[in-house]
Amino acid sequence: MRSKSFGDKPSLGLTLGAIGALLFLHVPLWIIFLYSFTTDEATYSFPLPGLTTKWFGVALQRADLWSALTLSVQVALVATFFALILGTLAAAAVYRSDFFGKDAISFLLILPIALPGIVTGIALRSAIGTLNIPFSYWTIVIGHATFCVVVVYNNVLARFRRMQGSQIEASMDLGANSFQTFRYVVLPNIATALLAGGMLAFALSFDEVIVTTFTAGQQATLPIWIFSQLVRPRDRPVTNVVATIVILITFLPIFFAQRISSQSSDTEGENK
Amino acid sequence: MTTPAIRFENVSRHFGEVKAVDNTDLEIRDGEFFSMLGPSGSGKTTCLRMIAGFDRPTAGHIYLYGQDVSDLPPYERDVNTVFQDYALFPHMTIEDNIAYGLMIKGVDKKERIKQVDAMLDLVRLPGYGSRKPSQLSGGQRQRVALARALINHPKVLLLDEPLGALDLKLRQQMQVELKSIQKRVGITFIFVTHDQEEALTMSDRIAVFSEGKIQQVGTPSDIYERPATQFVAGFVGTSNLLSGAVAKRITGSEQMFSIRPEKIHLGAENSKPEKDMLTIDGVIRDVVYLGLFTRYLVEIEGGSDLVVIEQNLKTTSMDVLSAKGQKVRLYWHKDHVSHLGN
Amino acid sequence: MLNHISTYLYQRPKLILRLLLGPPMLYMLVVYLGSLFTLLVNSFFSLNDFTGLVVYEFTLRTYAKLFEATNLGIFFRTASMAMAVTLADIIIAFPLAYYIARFSSTRLKTYLYIAVTLPLWSSYLVRVYAWKLILAKEGIVSWFFELFGIQFILDKLLSIPEIGGSSLSLSPIGMFIAFCYIWLPYMIVPIQTALERVPKSLIEASSDLGANAAQTFRNVLLPLALPGVIAGSIFTFSLTLGDFIIPQVLGNSRYFIGQAVYSYQGTAGNIPLAAAFTMGPVVIMIVYLLIARRLGAFDAL
Repeated sequence: MRSKSFGDKPSLGLTLGAIGALLFLHVPLWIIFLYSFTTDEATYSFPLPGLTTKWFGVALQRADLWSALTLSVQVALVATFFALILGTLAAAAVYRSDFFGKDAISFLLILPIALPGIVTGIALRSAIGTLNIPFSYWTIVIGHATFCVVVVYNNVLARFRRMQGSQIEASMDLGANSFQTFRYVVLPNIATALLAGGMLAFALSFDEVIVTTFTAGQQATLPIWIFSQLVRPRDRPVTNVVATIVILITFLPIFFAQRISSQSSDTEGENK
Repeated sequence: MTTPAIRFENVSRHFGEVKAVDNTDLEIRDGEFFSMLGPSGSGKTTCLRMIAGFDRPTAGHIYLYGQDVSDLPPYERDVNTVFQDYALFPHMTIEDNIAYGLMIKGVDKKERIKQVDAMLDLVRLPGYGSRKPSQLSGGQRQRVALARALINHPKVLLLDEPLGALDLKLRQQMQVELKSIQKRVGITFIFVTHDQEEALTMSDRIAVFSEGKIQQVGTPSDIYERPATQFVAGFVGTSNLLSGAVAKRITGSEQMFSIRPEKIHLGAENSKPEKDMLTIDGVIRDVVYLGLFTRYLVEIEGGSDLVVIEQNLKTTSMDVLSAKGQKVRLYWHKDHVSHLGN
Repeated sequence: MLNHISTYLYQRPKLILRLLLGPPMLYMLVVYLGSLFTLLVNSFFSLNDFTGLVVYEFTLRTYAKLFEATNLGIFFRTASMAMAVTLADIIIAFPLAYYIARFSSTRLKTYLYIAVTLPLWSSYLVRVYAWKLILAKEGIVSWFFELFGIQFILDKLLSIPEIGGSSLSLSPIGMFIAFCYIWLPYMIVPIQTALERVPKSLIEASSDLGANAAQTFRNVLLPLALPGVIAGSIFTFSLTLGDFIIPQVLGNSRYFIGQAVYSYQGTAGNIPLAAAFTMGPVVIMIVYLLIARRLGAFDAL
């Protein structure tokens, strides 16, 4: 006796629940986009009194915004640069050999992401304070580099594992030394992982606010600027515009990182 | 006596407690097609990797045409490898793959293209240069791997179970091709496989490995007709092993010997054996008709079972199956007996 | 020349390891672990209330302070919010995760996966900001309630003590909604992954043996999805525990752990107390992670 076949068609309730969750995820972002065109200067009133694009122009004039943006970009670039080098070195070490303490090190390289940002933030702050180092651009970078390294490490390690190990042996067998092998065989293989990891790290750093509040001195990155607006809103329309622009800036790199990772995994798989 | 292509001197490779290769000596001659045969974990692949340079011996030395290469990295050895998974570089074209070794050496582009084309002809893939590995079938990739290795004119070519991933027909085809390429190019080939039929077909000489040690080295007929140890007798082809009292009755000595099933003849119950033949009586317990031949299981005096194989030259299946239960006299030529070492 | 260096290194694998591992480890050990250790050490110091300076002597007084009524209240408040958010997210995420895992073609699955992770790709702060807009007194939600003439429900909700507030955008209710929204993708993905791992043949077998849809769900799918649920809950729980942004932006004056840490180490300069406070979430998270690993959640991550 067979009861009604399960799993061929979703029930109405299930479909509604699914759609509901999707809407819940996306509608708020559309609302921000909408609000960046409002003519209302002082409140978040709905329905919107009118539509205008003038706030985009106003935002572009703001000096404090530009310096916050520049700082965010600088920090993200430098942190990503260090992360690419350190993360790749670590991934290569973990991939190549089993060594004493390997598990501990793999665990260590998960902590910056597994522990809440506030832990990293306060820990760094207390250390910086104890050592009497002044809070500056570099303390921000050091803080960001911790999780950036982890992101690059994970991406590169995953790619190493998908690579045919015998390619490295083949290259050496054909006469290439370690450096030549790295240049002609290893690097092309992990290039897309470096790109994807780098973009991801950039986006994370650009967006980061929790650790940054603890490790910055007087400097304001863009998220810190937004945060101050959230707590004491002064420039609502400009903030709306900034919000929309930030969505785009962080969305694009991560989107491309995803595309690159999935594209290369298709071609890699065929060669196994 | 020319310098051997490869010489192992007391070579061992330990992984902690495990002795992958245990104090082994070996000589491989210049220009021969040499196979290393054995089950997985027997040490044959480890030996190959040590010749290539991917593994260093824990003890002992390896000589390549007289030069001690034990400590040299792979790129300093004049040896090339065809890998089991082909290891083609996915981001390069076939042409760049094959020319890789030349590119590293600094050969200029025009010369590289010329040699690549010659290689593609040799492995019968003309015009495939601009394709990528992902566009090729398994058999084609295998040939590219071969070309990539041979183009460097190594002193020795190593092949690590290269035909394992191919289907039967293709594998047999490749066996013939490999053999003919080797004859044409004239360099020493060292071939690792676990397929004893393959080794017997292709090799000038075979080394049979088990548990890190070489059991026997010899020509295919040496290995097959005169196995030196119990392992070789059992691993290569099927064999009957007899020892002790039963052995004494047949050969006069208690030492274990092996006799191949196809060398045993079934005679009528009281037939007279000719001279130089050894004989024993038995009862047919089981008959399996296999088209080309029939396999009999015969219980002999003393309780042991012997496997006997006879080609079905005249009989039909009805005839042979009715032989079950018959009393027979088994006999074989005394030269076909091989006494075993251990 | 390079050949010589390469050969030299090739024959010394341990040296290569040290060269590769050295720089990143130096950084991680010194910077990251070092500061975590400093934090731990600091939690055993105390603040001299008169001078306002940190007393560098080992003491448990600071930890004792955690058990004062106000501080216990902070822990309790944060933990209950974390629990509520986790439960709510499980309920919201499950239908969607289930739909993606079981009822979508491969193509649809890719799109849906992008759709779920897309919000994650935009800035966290901006997504919090969105709720500031939506929940504002004059914003969309209010307008919506007024449209249907049911603003009295809203007022009733806001007047409930403990979770109400002056407006939705400044109340625990608002925080709750924002938390649920922010962490939702982190809950959807592990559940979806766990559900995808259930072979279709199991469901067919269950129905072949006579179970109806609800029974199959309860007896086969739910237990197998559990590791994914737990994995997702690790994220929602720990992220809520440590967050101080949402409480600051959408909360009233009642403190959550994150804010307490932020304020204590800030103007008050009370690093020991801030450190002690941080240890709370760290310990809770470690315990949670250990339990979760037991229950197989790490396979679904």
